[in-house]
Amino acid sequence: MRFEGTAHRYGRDVDTDVIIPARYLNTSDPAELAKHCLEDLDATFIDRVKPGDILVAEENFGCGSSREHAPIAIKAAGIDAVIAKSFARIFYRNAINTGLAIMECPEAVDAIHAGDTVSVDAATGTIRNETTGQEFQAQPFPEFIAEIIEAGGLANRWKAKLAK
Amino acid sequence: MARPMTMAEKILAAHAGLDEVEPGQLIECDLDIVLANDVTAPIAIKTVREIADRVFDADKVVLVPDHYVPNKDIKSAQQAKIVRDFAREQGISHYYEVGCMGVEHALLPEQGVVVPGDLVIGADSHTCTYGALGAFSTGVGSTDAGVGMAVGKAWFKVPETILFKVEGQLAPGVTGKDVILHIIGKIGVDGALYKAMEFTGSAIESLSMDERMTISNMAIEAGGKAGLMPVDDVARAYLEGRAERPYVEYASDVDAQYAQVIEIDAADIVPTVAFPHLPSNTRPVAEARDVRIDQAVIGSCTNGRIEDMRQAAAVLAGRKVAPDVRCIVIPATQEVYRQCIREGLTDIFLDANCAVSTPTCGPCLGGYMGILAAGERAVATTNRNFVGRMGHPDSEVYLASPAVAAASAVLGHIGLPDDLPPVGAADAE
Repeated sequence: MRFEGTAHRYGRDVDTDVIIPARYLNTSDPAELAKHCLEDLDATFIDRVKPGDILVAEENFGCGSSREHAPIAIKAAGIDAVIAKSFARIFYRNAINTGLAIMECPEAVDAIHAGDTVSVDAATGTIRNETTGQEFQAQPFPEFIAEIIEAGGLANRWKAKLAK
Repeated sequence: MARPMTMAEKILAAHAGLDEVEPGQLIECDLDIVLANDVTAPIAIKTVREIADRVFDADKVVLVPDHYVPNKDIKSAQQAKIVRDFAREQGISHYYEVGCMGVEHALLPEQGVVVPGDLVIGADSHTCTYGALGAFSTGVGSTDAGVGMAVGKAWFKVPETILFKVEGQLAPGVTGKDVILHIIGKIGVDGALYKAMEFTGSAIESLSMDERMTISNMAIEAGGKAGLMPVDDVARAYLEGRAERPYVEYASDVDAQYAQVIEIDAADIVPTVAFPHLPSNTRPVAEARDVRIDQAVIGSCTNGRIEDMRQAAAVLAGRKVAPDVRCIVIPATQEVYRQCIREGLTDIFLDANCAVSTPTCGPCLGGYMGILAAGERAVATTNRNFVGRMGHPDSEVYLASPAVAAASAVLGHIGLPDDLPPVGAADAE
């Protein structure tokens, strides 16, 4: 699970209402949700984002509503990984459950600027700013959570467990 | 003998089949209730279908269409239909159709569906409301809820607990809403991130269940995983005649370990308003009088219960909403709605020129029933004031108590009930 792309950088407390405004929650179609991803925070994001890009933000990313539409919209918009100083807990669970790679690494966030090329290895937690050559190590996931990620999400993990 | 534990730890341990747990431990627990609404259930149902043919227990899965119901548009109608069809197919006993439904976190306690000691997950962030009843309840996403519906289990990382001791007497006009806004203003929107909050003290004990639920409801606005309160006589009286099941009361051990103990003097809490665009951006109402408003919303899972309606009506009685303000009152459940009529509160609202709506989450999350245009401002008894929360990204939401929202609706700007001239003063002139 190695990703490389351009960094889109935002501040703290990026809430799920700006990630995907509730006025679009009358559908759960990923492609439809992706069209409005981050619209109320940065209306230009959806035109600039390219498949494989990486989202970088400060503390408490994904705070607020429990809408799983938020990680779904981010992923469907083409983002492969989110690096933040910290994540709100429901978003943290939702990202793991839906297979969006997330990494907690304050040092990396401080050293990445918008437009930098960043590569991440989600399995090892290694983050590299390819523009500056700096390398960082994100908090590793507990084994139990790594298993969910490995299985491709919580539903898949249960499917495999029940099939045994 | 087990290690001393907080009530959060005790409830989680009991549901994991363990004698004791400690913060940081990853555990798998049996669930008492799994909840979802018309926005989150469709995705959860998809997850259920991937794993199982039937839900784990048709009495423990609760489905409440409340966000965009009564259906606001065709897409919402399609979403609600997915939930309705699934409820029928699976024989879900706690499905609440329009006409019976209410805003989920007002409805479940009122109907006795959640009881003390329960472990509840809900695909709605304000599921933490039931902490006021001594239940460990927390918001999750649709996949967690879907797996919970299919297998009756969820994984948890046992959280540390922060204890908030609110001692002393709250001043007249200071409500549960002011207590929780004060706390969020103090610790910030991630002040309790990954942690359980526990609220105790004589000021909490003095509050009705309705006001206590307002406090627990907004634990998530501080990043909290749960917002627990010990069960006392007020809670027991509330549960009398409502609780669907026998329940277990858990209390924190006196020597339980807390991540932090925050002591708050009730006398320091004043009527409070949260300015855009974070619930932690709080100021005393007395310093917010220059904020003109276009709309007031009184309702939601935070403040749509009967006590809230009474507090708003006490301010609006004999008065009129300012001519350039829309005041929208949304009793949170059918029972609250009916009680408003019985007590004459509905007449007070109508006489004051308020719009009174059937239960719905509607405007709180910018769904419908009171969306703001660019540049408009609302004072609301709801829970979030993020950018675009109630409509246009250039609109603003100010969070306050029902009494402050009602007073502001009459004044045309944010203010206190005490700022209003006495009823009848205009006639006497």
